Amino acid sequence: MSDNRLTFKKRLHILKHRYRGKKMAPAFNAFHTFLFSPDETTHSGSHIRGADDLKRTMNTVIMALVPVLLFSMFNTGYQHYAAIDAANGVARELSLWGNFFTWENLWIGITQVLPLVIVSYGVGLIIEFIFAVIKGHEVEEGYLVTGMLVPLIVPVDTPLWMLAVAVAFGVIIGKEVFGGTGMNILNPALTIRAFLFFAYPTWMSGDKVWVHEAVERAGGPDAISGETILGYLAQNKVDEYSYTISDMFFGFIPGSVGETSTFLILLGGLFLIFSKIASWRIMLSAVIGSLVMGLIFNGVVDAGWITETSNFYGLMSFEFWKHLIVGGLAFGIVYMATDPVTGSQTNRGKWFYGFLIGFLSVMIRVFNPAYPEGVFLAILLMNVFAPTIDHYVIRGNVARRMKRLKNATIFPKDSDSKEEELKVETV
Amino acid sequence: MALLTKKDASLILDPLADNNPITIQVLGICSALAITAELKASVVMAISVIFVLGVGNVVISLMRNVIPSKIRIIVQLIVVATLVIIVDQVLKAFAYELSKTLSVFVGLIITNCIIMGRFEAFALGNGPWKSFLDGIGNALGYGVILIIVGFFRELLGSGTLFGYKVLGDPVKMTGLYSTGYENNGFMIIPPAALIVVGIIIWVQRSRNTALIEDN
Repeated sequence: MSDNRLTFKKRLHILKHRYRGKKMAPAFNAFHTFLFSPDETTHSGSHIRGADDLKRTMNTVIMALVPVLLFSMFNTGYQHYAAIDAANGVARELSLWGNFFTWENLWIGITQVLPLVIVSYGVGLIIEFIFAVIKGHEVEEGYLVTGMLVPLIVPVDTPLWMLAVAVAFGVIIGKEVFGGTGMNILNPALTIRAFLFFAYPTWMSGDKVWVHEAVERAGGPDAISGETILGYLAQNKVDEYSYTISDMFFGFIPGSVGETSTFLILLGGLFLIFSKIASWRIMLSAVIGSLVMGLIFNGVVDAGWITETSNFYGLMSFEFWKHLIVGGLAFGIVYMATDPVTGSQTNRGKWFYGFLIGFLSVMIRVFNPAYPEGVFLAILLMNVFAPTIDHYVIRGNVARRMKRLKNATIFPKDSDSKEEELKVETV
Repeated sequence: MALLTKKDASLILDPLADNNPITIQVLGICSALAITAELKASVVMAISVIFVLGVGNVVISLMRNVIPSKIRIIVQLIVVATLVIIVDQVLKAFAYELSKTLSVFVGLIITNCIIMGRFEAFALGNGPWKSFLDGIGNALGYGVILIIVGFFRELLGSGTLFGYKVLGDPVKMTGLYSTGYENNGFMIIPPAALIVVGIIIWVQRSRNTALIEDN
């Protein structure tokens, strides 16, 4: 047999046929359809089909995430060296090509961020494959995006075994027990984040975890700080950080791996809106919601109800629009809140859903004493409420159309019996 | 000669698996969530419920023909309350620290659905011996789940079993902790018990598919 001369695609194809109907079939099918577009056509009937199947949709989101991932690699290195300079009292001026896009920054990014990506995909996909083989269905694509989101929303020094445990928990308990991709109630990536937060809080919060090596050096002579802007504000240290607004917007600040650059997230968001993958309604209303909550807090401070001695003064007096460019709010709104499975499905519902995510994010941010961030909690909470919102939107729709139907001329207005018939039909 | 007839034995054995009060009937969940963070508390809670339900079932069964049905719930409550107070006092006298850990949950055995459920469903209609077996069986079924949940929560959440450091010392960094292992704080909080109970239900139903309900 001259198997050597076969292409990879051909071999996958042969494997696929050899295992057709067998237990392991989904494992080969998944590789085949992920890497190549399938060469099979539908055999029966005529169907209208979009060109973008679930795999293309997922790939589009991953494309929107790639710039964020690359930036985060450089930023991981930059924050590491910046923190060392700060600890040594060396003044550091950001220069894009001088000390940001450098090989030494990228090297730290590669050694710190890539393992997170590999562990996230490795563990998650192994579980997906096992479940597909046990349950006898094709491997579902859901984990492609989750696997990329997870490394971007954890602190850079998260131990890999913790990430592996959390991914296993998130995929099995957050998704597979509900029936797999498309059936989950909660966003799997945020379930993983929430698990990490409650299971290993020392690795998920505080002033050490956000910069590479800050934990290892803690307490030693070469200790460095990894405090985030929200961390400073939560301690009422309003003027102690030295980040400018452009630092915050372009993302040269410490934080979870991929959340820092609002600029690139914004580009990714626009890409997702124009490719019609993500809902602009959710994004826009979430931004409005967070601005409204921020304005309320600013108003409370301006009215003099909160004094500088209050624990909440730092975060409450933070200008309302700045909430959008620090922390994970932008990342959460663009990539997590717009999850088509767990979010609201109706257009009107999306406005409520998004608004409340923004509103609650900022509220939890300000009032959570243990952890100055609230985006993931707000999104998970609204994931739970999304079906309820949709339910009432649909009921409202039905009621409105009923009213219109009743006022229509096809029935005489005084015929009560007809109205009652209609009611019975819709119940 | 067998100690128990086949029918009597099934009164004890059924609730242990295929008619388990927690995983099948989904009763008594509150206490299963609240006190299973430590194995010791789970064991004591299981023993307490075995005592209360075993004795209580016998008492109710003996009185079943004289209790007016209109006030039977009140009578049942009085019986449970009496037994629970006995348990509470014994714990306070002989295991004070533990009774502080269990705090209000010993008292709340009164409201444990399993107990009232067995009184209503079984003891009011059966003789004392059968009621006794039924009470012991159901309380054992409850206790088994409590102990399984308590085992995993204490082992993964605190790295101990019965307070004994199984996985090493997290402060001195010995045992598993020297490799970078850390206790899982999630297992300490009550939602983790819900998930562990859920996993037990999942495993049980996938082993015995007859238990899966039709939709």
